Parts: sequence; C-alpha cells; structure tokens
Amino acid sequence: MLKTTPFHSRTAPLVQGQAWRRWAGHAVASAYELVHDREYAAIRNSAALLDVSPLYKYLISGPDASRLLDRMVTRDITKCRIGQVVYTTWCDRHGKVIDDGTISRLGDALYRMTSAEPNLRWLTLNGAGMDVQIEEISSRLGALALQGPLSRDILQQVSPADCSSLRYFRLVETTIRGVPVTVSRTGYTGDLGYEIWVDADRAVTVWDALIEAGTPYGITPAGIWALDMARIEAGLIMLDVDYHSSHHALIEAQKSSPLELGLEWTVPEEKGPYNGRSMLRAERARGPAWRFMGLAVDWVSLEGLYARAGLPPQLPTAAWRTSAPVYRDGGQIGYASSGCWSPLLKQYLALAHLRAPHFAPGTNVRMEVTVEHQRLQAEARVVELPFFNPERKRS
Amino acid sequence: MTPRFDCIIVGGGHNGLVTAAYLARAGRKTLVLERRPLVGGAAVTEEIFPGFKFSVFSYVVSLLRPEIIRELELPRHGLQILPLESTVVPLDNGDYLGSWADPDQTRRELARHSPRDAEAATLFGRLMHHMAMAVRPILSMVPPDPTSLAPSDLRGMLKFAGHFRSLGAERFHALYKLMTMSSADYLDEWFEFDPLKATKSASGIIGTFLGPRSPGTAYVLLHHYMGEIDGAFRAWGFQKGGTGAISETIARAARANGVEIRTGAAVERVLVRNGRATGVALESGEEIPASIVVSGLDPRRTFLELVEPAQLPEDVVAGIRRFKFRGSSGKVNLALSELPNFTCLPGIGPQHRGAFSISPSLEYLERAYDDAKYGEFSRNPYMDIVIPSMIDPGMAPPGKHVMSIFVQYAPHNLTGGWTDARREAFGDAVVNTLTRYAPNLKGAILGRQVLTPLDIERTTGLTEGNIFAGELALHQLFFLRPVAGWADYRTPIEGYWQCGAGTHPGGGIMGASGRLAALEILGKRGG
Repeated sequence: MLKTTPFHSRTAPLVQGQAWRRWAGHAVASAYELVHDREYAAIRNSAALLDVSPLYKYLISGPDASRLLDRMVTRDITKCRIGQVVYTTWCDRHGKVIDDGTISRLGDALYRMTSAEPNLRWLTLNGAGMDVQIEEISSRLGALALQGPLSRDILQQVSPADCSSLRYFRLVETTIRGVPVTVSRTGYTGDLGYEIWVDADRAVTVWDALIEAGTPYGITPAGIWALDMARIEAGLIMLDVDYHSSHHALIEAQKSSPLELGLEWTVPEEKGPYNGRSMLRAERARGPAWRFMGLAVDWVSLEGLYARAGLPPQLPTAAWRTSAPVYRDGGQIGYASSGCWSPLLKQYLALAHLRAPHFAPGTNVRMEVTVEHQRLQAEARVVELPFFNPERKRS
Repeated sequence: MTPRFDCIIVGGGHNGLVTAAYLARAGRKTLVLERRPLVGGAAVTEEIFPGFKFSVFSYVVSLLRPEIIRELELPRHGLQILPLESTVVPLDNGDYLGSWADPDQTRRELARHSPRDAEAATLFGRLMHHMAMAVRPILSMVPPDPTSLAPSDLRGMLKFAGHFRSLGAERFHALYKLMTMSSADYLDEWFEFDPLKATKSASGIIGTFLGPRSPGTAYVLLHHYMGEIDGAFRAWGFQKGGTGAISETIARAARANGVEIRTGAAVERVLVRNGRATGVALESGEEIPASIVVSGLDPRRTFLELVEPAQLPEDVVAGIRRFKFRGSSGKVNLALSELPNFTCLPGIGPQHRGAFSISPSLEYLERAYDDAKYGEFSRNPYMDIVIPSMIDPGMAPPGKHVMSIFVQYAPHNLTGGWTDARREAFGDAVVNTLTRYAPNLKGAILGRQVLTPLDIERTTGLTEGNIFAGELALHQLFFLRPVAGWADYRTPIEGYWQCGAGTHPGGGIMGASGRLAALEILGKRGG
C-alpha cells in the first residue's frame, strides 16, 4: 500500500473520481472533483488548499548548520536571516543539479529544508566532520499550501499572527485553532500564497479550521492536476519531469546545471566554496549550452493544423509531461518537457530546454504536436519565464 | 487646425471599445464618448447595494471571439473567465434535471429520466457540433450583399456559397431545418423528455419576442454549441468581477493602444456636411471634429437619432423603422443573506456554483409567452439564474450572496405601460415563482433590483430594452442586419459607420461586430 498523508482522513472522502497520484511514495489527490477546472480556477481566483505533505523535510541544527547548508547548496545561506526562506538548487561537484527545494531559517542554528527527493545521505556526507545534527522529519510534519488571491484573507481569520504583513519568502510561527504552526509565504503556484507546516498528529485540526474559515472566501481543495497547470504558468521546474537529478541520471545528457535550467539567480557570483562552484563559474563565463525557456504556441498555426483534419483544436485539459521535440530551420534545437493550455492566459504554453543560441526571447521555433495520429509542427515563440507573474505574489 | 482625433466612437459599450482598440492599434487617434459615468453599455458591474456587486444587465460571457482575446491581449489586461459548470432545472413533480461538468454524470442523470434521450444526446451533440462548425466562420465574416456586383461582395458570396457546398447534402439539409424550424419542433425530432426539450429550447427564445413553438427559434440552439467549441479555449463562463470587468478589460486594452475614453460625455448628434461625417456635437454643446465617426448604438439611434433621417435615403429610413426591437426580457438582481435552498436538491452543494433554469416544460414556456403576446408579463416566467458570489467571492461580503435572475417574458409595450407598481408586481411574480422552488428565498432577500425592458432602455439606451440591440430573428441577421445594403458597417453617410450589436453577427458579449467594423473601416475585410 502507498503511504497516506496526515490529511488523508479529510482528503479521501472528497476524491470523487478515485483519481490519486503517487508522490514520494504517498497517495495524493490528482483531482477532488470529476473535472478539475474549478480547482485550477481557485488558485487564480479565490484560494486553493493543497496537501503537499509528501515533500521530504529535514531539520538541520547545531553550530555548523549554516556552514553545512552553505557548502552544500548554491544560494548564499550566510545571508539567510532568521524567519527567512530561500529557494535553492544543490549540485554535485560537476555543477549538475541534484535537487531543488527551500531552506527555512527557524533559529540561530536551526534550519528546515524541503526537497523533492531523499537527501539524508547527501546532507550527512556534506556534514562529515561538522558539529551538526540532521534529522528527517518528513512523516512527522504535515504541509498544506494555501494559494490564491484570497489566501491572505483566509489566514487572517484563523491565525493570531499578523499574516498580512508577512513578506514574500518570510515565515512566522503562530497557531491555528490552538495548534502551533509555521506559516511561510511560499508556494508552487506563482501566486499570492502560503505554506503551513504542522505536526502530523494535529494536522487535521488545521485543515478543518481553514476549510471552515475559508468557505465564505471560496476555498477549494485542489489536486496535483490543478497545481501542475499553475506551476507551468509560473515557469517552475519539476524534478523528474523537466529535469533529472544528477544522482539518478544514467548518461551525462540527462543532467542539467542551474544555469541551463534558467536558475542562474540561485548561483551567486561571489560566494565561498560550495559544491560545483568552479564548474559553474566556468560555465557562466562561457555561457550555458542550454537554457530552460517558455514557449508560447501560436494559436493560428495550431488551429490551421487541426483545421486540415477537419477539427477544432483538441487540447488535453490537464498538463502533459512528455517530451516534444522543438525545431528551428529544419533541425532539432531542443525539446519541451511539459506544457498545458492556460485557461487564464488563453495560451498554449510549454516549458522547453533549448540549445544555444536558439533560446533568445522572441526566437521563432516549431514544436511537435500530434494531430490525428500525425506528427506535425506548430509555430511557437520563445518567451521569458514566468508566463504569469502577478503583482500580488510579492506585494 | 488639425483635429485631435481621426476617429470618434459614439458609445462605450463593449463593441465600441473593441472597435476603438482595433482602430488605435492601427495607428488611428481614437476617442470614445460614453454618456454614462462608466463604460460597458449593457456589460457593467455596479455595486447596487453596499458590498453587493451585480452584473446589472448582461451576466455571462459566451461567445467572446477568441481572435479578439488574442489580438487585443485581453488576458494581460484582466480577462479572467471562471467556469460556470452546471445547470439544474427544478421540475414540477419535485424532482430535478441536472447537467454537470462531467459528461458521465450528465449522461447518468439524463438516463434517470429517459435512457433513450441519454443516448440521443450524444448523437445530437455531434450533429450540433458539425452545425456550429459550419456556422462559426460566418461570425468572423463581413456580410456580403447578395444583390451587389462589387468585387468584394462577389468574393464574399463565393466564399459563403463555397462554405455551404463543402458541408455536403446531409449537413446542409440539417442546417436548413435548423434555420427554419421552431426549437420545440426541432427538439421533438430528437428527444422525448419534455423538461430537457424545454431547457434546451429556452436558449432559442432569449432576447426575442418569440416562443419555443415559434418558427425560426431553432438556430439559436447553435449558439450553445458554438460556445462549446470555443469552450475548449474556455471562453464560456463568468468573468471575475462580473461583465463590467470585461468592459474594463477591453477599455484597458484600448487605452494601452492609445485610445482616449471620456465618460459622462453624451453625444447629441453626428455632424454631417455635404453627405460626410465631420465630427460630433455633445449635449454640452461642445463639438469635436473627426473624419470618421462610428456609432456603437443600436440601429434606431444610429440612423434616426444621431443623424437627421432627411440625410438618409428613404428606403434606409423605412427599413430601420421596420427593424424590430421588442424587448422581451427583464432582470431581477437580489442581495441575499443566505443561499437559496431548493427543495428538489436540498442543501448547499455544487448546484449553487452553476445555473438554475426555471423551464419545467415546453408548455410552461409557451404559456409564459402567451402572457406576453397579449401585453402582460409572464405570471410564471422563464428564468435563468446564477449566483455569481459562489463563483467569485468578491461579488458579495463574505458569507452573503448575489443572485442574478434573467426573466422572460416582460414586454416593453406592457398593456397600460410600465409604472413603479407594475415593476414591483413583476418583481413579486419572479420572487413568488422562485420561492415555490426554494422556500427560504423570500426571507433571505436583503435587497432587490427589478429591471423592466423600459428600465433597460432608460439606463443603457438600448431601444425598447432589447438586450441584443435588435431582435436576433432570421429576417434581421447577416446581410439584413440592420438593413439590406448596409450590413457592411457602413452607412449612407460617408465617414459614418456602425459597430454595435445591431450589426452582424449581433448580440451577446461577442465583440465580433466591433472587430469586423474596425477591420472594414481600416480596409482590411475580415476573412
């Protein structure tokens, strides 16, 4: 049997279509309703409540906690203040990404790290000889993402802390219905939103409180299908979909550097030694061979391909996660790794790895689409990520 | 002195705004003049009671053209269409008929009433898909004049004829039937469950002074399926912030292209010299020159009020005088302390996030029409109800709700005329009818706004309160909208154009009239 999350007793009765997805060995809802349109809409219109408990979570403490994390990840952890959260990648010594996640500084010598994959061994290896304790707390800690324009209003109803003044990528310790929680202004939707971290034992109390207080604000439990569309609009990468951990890659070509993934902002130019530093410096100097970019598929072109078959465009209502070759001047110059129709932007979007020099914004390329069993090419334009970046995300 | 503006748009309805945006995008200095303090025409959101916002008139988005969304980059300017997924029809026997977002659920629900209809619905849907695909290109086409030998008209007619030839005999015949039959007769050929036929046919009578058994109502069934094709692009639903937010979105796109919009600026007349438009005169006495003036108002105001009928050929004047408006619908907007609890489907549930249709039988609808034929409002009217606050919580204070009730029939020319007392009696008829299905409704009403066709006319300027700026009836469509010979957005006065829903393809928040008018003005006949 798959593991369940601390919220399972609340989420399971809501899953109308038995649509479950595996996530780090857990069962989480793909969609609660039979059609997930409303769950997606809630992320951009009111507020969606997502169970993100399967994330791997580690507590890192001790005098050398900062030193360990700073040596391991690309971001400069010495600059991370108490109450701050940083998003970062971490690399092997060749500068290829192992994983990405967030690091929250909970105290002077206390951090919590989240990741997509298990990292206990890697943390331990990097901390060899240091005065540091590393503890995996994945199953002890439930996590909810409350995401959307009304998430702040809902949180105000349930939390005594002043969440309205909580800045982007900051956290606050507070309570919800008497249960101690950490609220961080983070998420995977590119919208105004929060993540709530709570002891697994008391997690359902927090779920209940949020649903109750959130109902007048349109709170909507949302599954992974909705989240996947939102994260594509937000241009956020997903491990095992858009890139592979260098620890799992079987061949060099399956590995990516943070620069190739469009995450150069997580690689400071000036920082003490850390895994992959010299390789990344050299790569920055010569320019990355690939870059992860957005593709906006030209609708008129797509409509034309379908019209030839006598059809209006048929697009999946959920995001796809297959590889689609991208061409320019007749040759393949890269591949899209995920994509979706964006109901918000009214555009067909894809996230793509493009080879230099074809990744400049505005470049016209062609993406493979299959229309009635025929592999055709639709015109597309290279655009900067994110596709969607509302002011409210940071304000 | 050179005029500040190349083009002036009279009326800031959504079509006028679309025309303005396209003209400005092509480099024309464009001014929009709106009489009311806010833009949108019949697509406006207003806070009628403190904290309660209403899409006062038009209340859903259905056929907003995807090319307009794309070309004017409306999502960037605030377009956000939210799913409106279900329809529940309370029945007279206490049961209900539902249609839901999920096709399996809808099929099972229909099979509960008629297994035969549940199967027929799939085939019917396929035929209507083909019919809608056949008609859809016409929405993006400037109507050619079939009696003209001008090259552009001949090309248009050839394209039109070629399009229909390509359908093949079977589909052409089906289309012919659809264009001529009554919706009730057409649906009788397919279905047996009366409430299903009633609910489907209701879409064919909206905004017309016709009943479900009146010939020529079937083709409007197509609109729904056209919405479904474009629904793949999610252009069907509820705009966040109400329909006024769509108008504001288009206004933002227009401004981004350089359009200047003046509200509270009522145009009194279009200035004409030597058969040419030279500008407009405002009610304030101010005159603004421009070589192109475009009216977004309905055909009667465009041809008979903004200009002197003496400036137009007699046949055009006569044609416009015969153009039928006959407003037949009203609107009741309610502020509610709690959600209505329908006895047919008790409790609060997903049904509240969709529409409720009061259309229990064809006879019910036809009798509602009977009242109107003899100059009365329907004692038991057809209603299309949505609760926007369930979709966009921002429409009402937390925990409170707004309800939008589209009501038919309410004739503009009520016997004895509309008075305050008659308006309230109409509002009572609506609330009383609805309370039969949801008994807690009456006690939950915090505020009530009742709009008769006369109120619609007075507020929006739509003649006789017709929501489509002129009835969408076959004799008033395509090259006959609004009048033979002048369906290509021109008027007999050079430099004076029309862009409102009184031109092809007509009403609803579609924007197609506005776009085609602009393309025609710019000399880029749309394809």
